[in-house]
Amino acid sequence: MPEKPDAPRDAPRPDVVLEARDLSKHFRVRRTLRSIAERDRPVVHAVDDVSLRLRRGTVTAVVGESGSGKSTIARLLAQLYPATSGELRLSGKPVRAARGKSFRAYCRQVQLIFQDPFGSLNPTHTVRYHLTRALRIHGRAGRTAAELEQALTELLGRVHLTPPDRYVDKFPHELSGGQRQRVAIARAMAADPKVLLADEPVSMLDVSIRLGILNLLRDLKERLNLAILYITHDIASARYFADETLVMYAGRMVEGGDSETVTQRPAHPYTQLLIGSAPDPDRITGAGEEPGAGDATEGGEAGGEPPSLISPPPGCRFHPRCPMAMARCRTDVPPRFDLADGQWAACWLYDGTTEERPAPQEAPA
Amino acid sequence: MSSPAVLDISGLCVDYGLGDSAVHAVRDVSLTLHRGEVLGLAGESGSGKSTLAYGVTRLLSPPGVITGGSVRYHPRAGGSSDILDLEPDQLRAFRWQEISLVFQGAMNSLNPVHTVRTQLTDVLQAHRPGMSRAERTARAEELLSLVGISSDRLASYPHQLSGGMRQRVMIAMALALDPEIVILDEPTTALDVVMQRQILRQLTRLRRELDFSVVFITHDISLLIEFSDRIAIMYGGRIVEEANAKDIYETALHPYSDGLLHSFPALHGPRRELTGIPGSPPDLKAMPAGCAFHPRCPKAFEPCERRVPELLPLTRAGGDTPPPGGADRTVACWLHADH
Repeated sequence: MPEKPDAPRDAPRPDVVLEARDLSKHFRVRRTLRSIAERDRPVVHAVDDVSLRLRRGTVTAVVGESGSGKSTIARLLAQLYPATSGELRLSGKPVRAARGKSFRAYCRQVQLIFQDPFGSLNPTHTVRYHLTRALRIHGRAGRTAAELEQALTELLGRVHLTPPDRYVDKFPHELSGGQRQRVAIARAMAADPKVLLADEPVSMLDVSIRLGILNLLRDLKERLNLAILYITHDIASARYFADETLVMYAGRMVEGGDSETVTQRPAHPYTQLLIGSAPDPDRITGAGEEPGAGDATEGGEAGGEPPSLISPPPGCRFHPRCPMAMARCRTDVPPRFDLADGQWAACWLYDGTTEERPAPQEAPA
Repeated sequence: MSSPAVLDISGLCVDYGLGDSAVHAVRDVSLTLHRGEVLGLAGESGSGKSTLAYGVTRLLSPPGVITGGSVRYHPRAGGSSDILDLEPDQLRAFRWQEISLVFQGAMNSLNPVHTVRTQLTDVLQAHRPGMSRAERTARAEELLSLVGISSDRLASYPHQLSGGMRQRVMIAMALALDPEIVILDEPTTALDVVMQRQILRQLTRLRRELDFSVVFITHDISLLIEFSDRIAIMYGGRIVEEANAKDIYETALHPYSDGLLHSFPALHGPRRELTGIPGSPPDLKAMPAGCAFHPRCPKAFEPCERRVPELLPLTRAGGDTPPPGGADRTVACWLHADH
């Protein structure tokens, strides 16, 4: 498996629908007097050198903290932001469609679902309006009223809002959060896309209905052979829902692989920290007495905060917080190192010279 | 529970609005917080958990009204008083001194145009008029170091601090007067998991050092199980189950508690197909008759839609083997009532 990830690049597998190659996005920030004097053009490095592939019938999760650039990835893939550098390929062909006809053609294949179903639906319009508009724009409304009605019924049925007539004339405020998110999904499905980009689709919903939405998305994926990008901060839900998981830190991908492998045997120190921090009822401590024992050491090491993205640290961006940082981490950006089972990590710990794999951290007891 | 009660809520009802149009946000809630314990309050949005916290501290703003019940506070010195009977000036002295609150979205509760020093010393100025300026600053520095922030941050404005630091400043502020009870309303919802764990660890340590009791409100039940001693689960304005954290996790008795526990995918162990809970949380304006959970309940049977089950201690657990912690837990479900 020592094969570089660059090798198979030129022969993408046919099931890859959307592919990002070394995508970067920098946002300009307002210049201060000092930066003008120093002839400096400060930018926020929101996303740097991100490569990922979305395959048919596969859910790919991007996990990261807020500010890690995960939502920027969704917007880059939806072409809502132009990329600073890098390339986007849809079904193998490079695309750059910022507006007009080509953008609409792109949207027909790649649809985005937002986090907040309260904000993404227009409160002054009914479900019928939202869905009809999407169907018309993408030319799937049919020619007659009956055909339109049929298309609406089918869409609502797909997202399990049945019977359709109970929902079709409702306004968003008459629906619960979960129902609203289902309408947003139905609207995305109206384009009959190949790729669905879901940016934290369940974070704003009540906990008891989150799984219902995830299960619906999984069902759609299986029935329609969709490629889904699932953006989340909750790594446990990535394990549950996604086939493949990518972990982002401060604008860079740090680890990727099969969801089960990444969550059970995290390789990158950041992923280990993330998993060690996630709430875990199995780590019952009786009154939270126990975790106090380790907090002086563990909390100290794992401490710190994500770096500034305006002047990110050189080398590996995690090195200021990393308990295993080496001299090299401070200067050189680690490339992807392939591990077993298709897992990879961008961490110098896995540099080929050190054959043996450092024992991944077990869940701290 | 051997330790004495510090807060006794009994039969508390809170409505929004008056008359027929009133929405009953909290219905007949009875809860006891013991000294030194962390009581977790779990529930979805609209379950009344935040309203309960505001009711207890009498911070409800109109149209919220407390329509019944009592909240007895038992200070360390002995004696007890009903918070609901306090006069305005007593109440003002009572809040912060005895009970303090860290609000939901606490990250944004700092005033952006004042420094941390001004905001921390303001509390002391109001409640401890005898303190000199130097003493106040010294206390503010002490408070910051308590939550692990260096004292030179006193001169910072909130926007100069990260989210986690702002949250810690809020916690420091809540601890300014050594309260007996700290109510945390979704204290870490806006934070990342790594920061969340750091803050909760710190709280656990502070609680041990300063010996206060905590009411911890959140929708994340997996977090509660890890960090609290007892958990009360709310649904539709009522408490449906109360038990030790471990017992809830191992054997949730109410179908809603069970459903909630199975709504969080696990990070370890076998990967299971999970379903969440079908349906949507109830509309408080049109609550179902009987048990509020019955339209979503997989185990609903005949009495559920007619009569509201009472929250009863689990003394005689039917015929089968009594669940663990039986004597120490209560549940409001017809499945577990003798009828």
